Amino acid sequence: MDLRYGPEYEVFRRELREFLTGWPLSGDEAALPQAEQERIFRGRGIDAGYVYRETPEAYGGSGQPSDPLRDRILQEEYGRAGAPGNSLFQGPAMLVPTLLELGSEQQKQRFIPPTLRGEMSWCQGYSEPGSGSDLASLQASARLEGDDWVLNGQKVWTSNADSADWMFGLFRSEPEASKHAGISYLLIPMKQEGIRVRPLRQLSGAAEFFEVFFDDARTPAENIVGQRGEGWQVSRSTLKHERNLIGNPRMISDQFDRLLALAREAQVGGRPALSDAGVRRRLAEIEGFVRACETSNLRILSASIRGEEMQVMLPMMMTKLYSTDVTQMIWKLAYDLLGTAGLTDCEWAPNYARDSTPPAVVQNYLFSLGPAIAGGASNIQRNIIGERGLGLPRDPRPPS
Amino acid sequence: MHFGLSEEQALLQETLRGFIEAECPPTRLREIFDEGAAHDSALWKGLAEIGLPGLCVPESEGGAGLGALELALCCEELGAGALPGPLLFHGLATLALREGGAAAQRERWLPALASGERVASIALEGVGGSIDDAAGRPALDAAALTGVARHVPFAEVADLFVVALMDGGLAVVERDAQGLVVEAESGIDRTRPLGTLHFDATPAERLETGAEAFDVVRDAALCALAADAFGAAWALVRMTVEYAKTRQQFGRPIAEFQSVKHQLADMATAIELSRGLYWYAAYACDHIKAEASQQAALAKAHIGDQAVEIARQAVELHGGLGFTWECDVQIWFKRALFDRAFLGTPDEHRDRAAALGGY
Repeated sequence: MDLRYGPEYEVFRRELREFLTGWPLSGDEAALPQAEQERIFRGRGIDAGYVYRETPEAYGGSGQPSDPLRDRILQEEYGRAGAPGNSLFQGPAMLVPTLLELGSEQQKQRFIPPTLRGEMSWCQGYSEPGSGSDLASLQASARLEGDDWVLNGQKVWTSNADSADWMFGLFRSEPEASKHAGISYLLIPMKQEGIRVRPLRQLSGAAEFFEVFFDDARTPAENIVGQRGEGWQVSRSTLKHERNLIGNPRMISDQFDRLLALAREAQVGGRPALSDAGVRRRLAEIEGFVRACETSNLRILSASIRGEEMQVMLPMMMTKLYSTDVTQMIWKLAYDLLGTAGLTDCEWAPNYARDSTPPAVVQNYLFSLGPAIAGGASNIQRNIIGERGLGLPRDPRPPS
Repeated sequence: MHFGLSEEQALLQETLRGFIEAECPPTRLREIFDEGAAHDSALWKGLAEIGLPGLCVPESEGGAGLGALELALCCEELGAGALPGPLLFHGLATLALREGGAAAQRERWLPALASGERVASIALEGVGGSIDDAAGRPALDAAALTGVARHVPFAEVADLFVVALMDGGLAVVERDAQGLVVEAESGIDRTRPLGTLHFDATPAERLETGAEAFDVVRDAALCALAADAFGAAWALVRMTVEYAKTRQQFGRPIAEFQSVKHQLADMATAIELSRGLYWYAAYACDHIKAEASQQAALAKAHIGDQAVEIARQAVELHGGLGFTWECDVQIWFKRALFDRAFLGTPDEHRDRAAALGGY
């Protein structure tokens, strides 16, 4: 065990910090619209080898060798600086890795560079009203007609569907094949007559998701990733990346720091919350869970540096279930600290992701209920842990 | 950057695991448990043959010169096997002598402790009922010790005690010292019996830098107990998984019921993801002193709680059998209770962690 990063990585971190002093932008650039500023700084990160590190230069990345420890340092320092690095939007974060792994050369050249530059935006079309945890039962259909796929049906829980240029999605293209073997992974232009998008209001009052309706929508036949009927396997690659996003433990430490900051300002019974023994114990109890997340992440990182992922399969399987629970604990205490201010409802605003006003806490608390459902609900995770992790018998399944 | 075990550390765990499987399988464990005689001299000799009593003793005094992390790694295996015996406390006593003893004191006591020829234990708790309550501890006046130390593991077995003092220091007392009366307690964990030490002007020797050593020993002890609880909890999960696979109700193994499967998944997740907590805390004891006390407190509180909760669920999942004396689950359940309460409950350590964390 040795938690020092070593001189090579300390130099890397120093240079990176120096680079990050360039954010926020200054001079004339500071007057540009926010999205434009982010695009500029991300471009500089790509040129410096910090952003989209492993994507080959030919597709618009930095073309650096894989290095989990550098990734970790980048995550820490970009987070500290609040600077735009690897985009967490679904195009760069989920589609690009999938195309790199399974896309055709033509697809890589056409889609990856503009996606990384932020010029082509994406939404994900997986879930349907009748297909959540049992995703492979999906019914939205794709029928090949001449040179086009013709699409019908409905997708739901689609982030950014109103603004996205394209969708990557799963459609049933082989109705006679068995459940998993009848699905294809298609890329679909969103701005067309056969597609209608409707906001989906979530329990917090915000509408971050959409429903998407397909009525003889079309996409050219070549916009299929993998072969016909292989869409399920292709999508596994994408979901793997989504789990990584949700399970990011740095996110949890940051949230705990926000909770501590909140507790420093809050009052309980007319006295500072931090003088209350009950509050202190709850905080320390949560810190135990937060440290468990952090150190578990450190184990997984360390194993991946050494190519020993097999030794951490169990904690990897457990991370999503655990970290979504811990996030809920954090926001539940934050909500409790509001006292009766928690009785006031409020509308979502973008700054709520960072600030600590009562409405922001209410919104974050309500939002914290979501991750336990997205990307493989908690009870699905428990099945995976039980069956694959502990070797318990599979559920008796009805014949399909 | 490496947050994992070295080959030597993995081998250390493997060796101890192999020893426990061979020398103290559940049948033998049950005999010792029912007899209530937790010190088995054959087991102690076996541990001495693989060098474990000298784990934390410097090489110059015949030991392996290892630290809090290696001690904790061994404790995980002790907990997993619910191994009866004083190794955890003996290891902490040698650590106290190593950190707090003058050269002459180390040379005088450590070689016989390293070889396992003599057994040592720790007496860190006075009558105050709290690890940090110095006022309740025995007082050393010149070389005479007076007062009471409670909840001393293997009090009737140890040849030597490291005793925490009212003034914050540490002293060494020999088992046959005049004026020392050992009174057995009725302990909850039959694999680790307790006793009370009554000192009446008992000859004792102050460790040269005992006050500093106290902090080191307390933090290492919290890590060791967390690791023991961690091992015990995982053993309970494995045991319950095996039981659920074989126990039939409603015409099928109960493991096929999602209610059971999900409960087991939660138990395994709760414990497995806290492994890094005790690793990190023990590593901090050896290498990041500034973080050691808070991390050790968090690990002890967190894993102590998790282990007892897992043990409770293990009893529940074993059904009626789990509630019997005959079922081995109770051995580990009580092991976890000991690890949770000994040297302070989770609440106490969370209070300490909050203060140490600057809340």
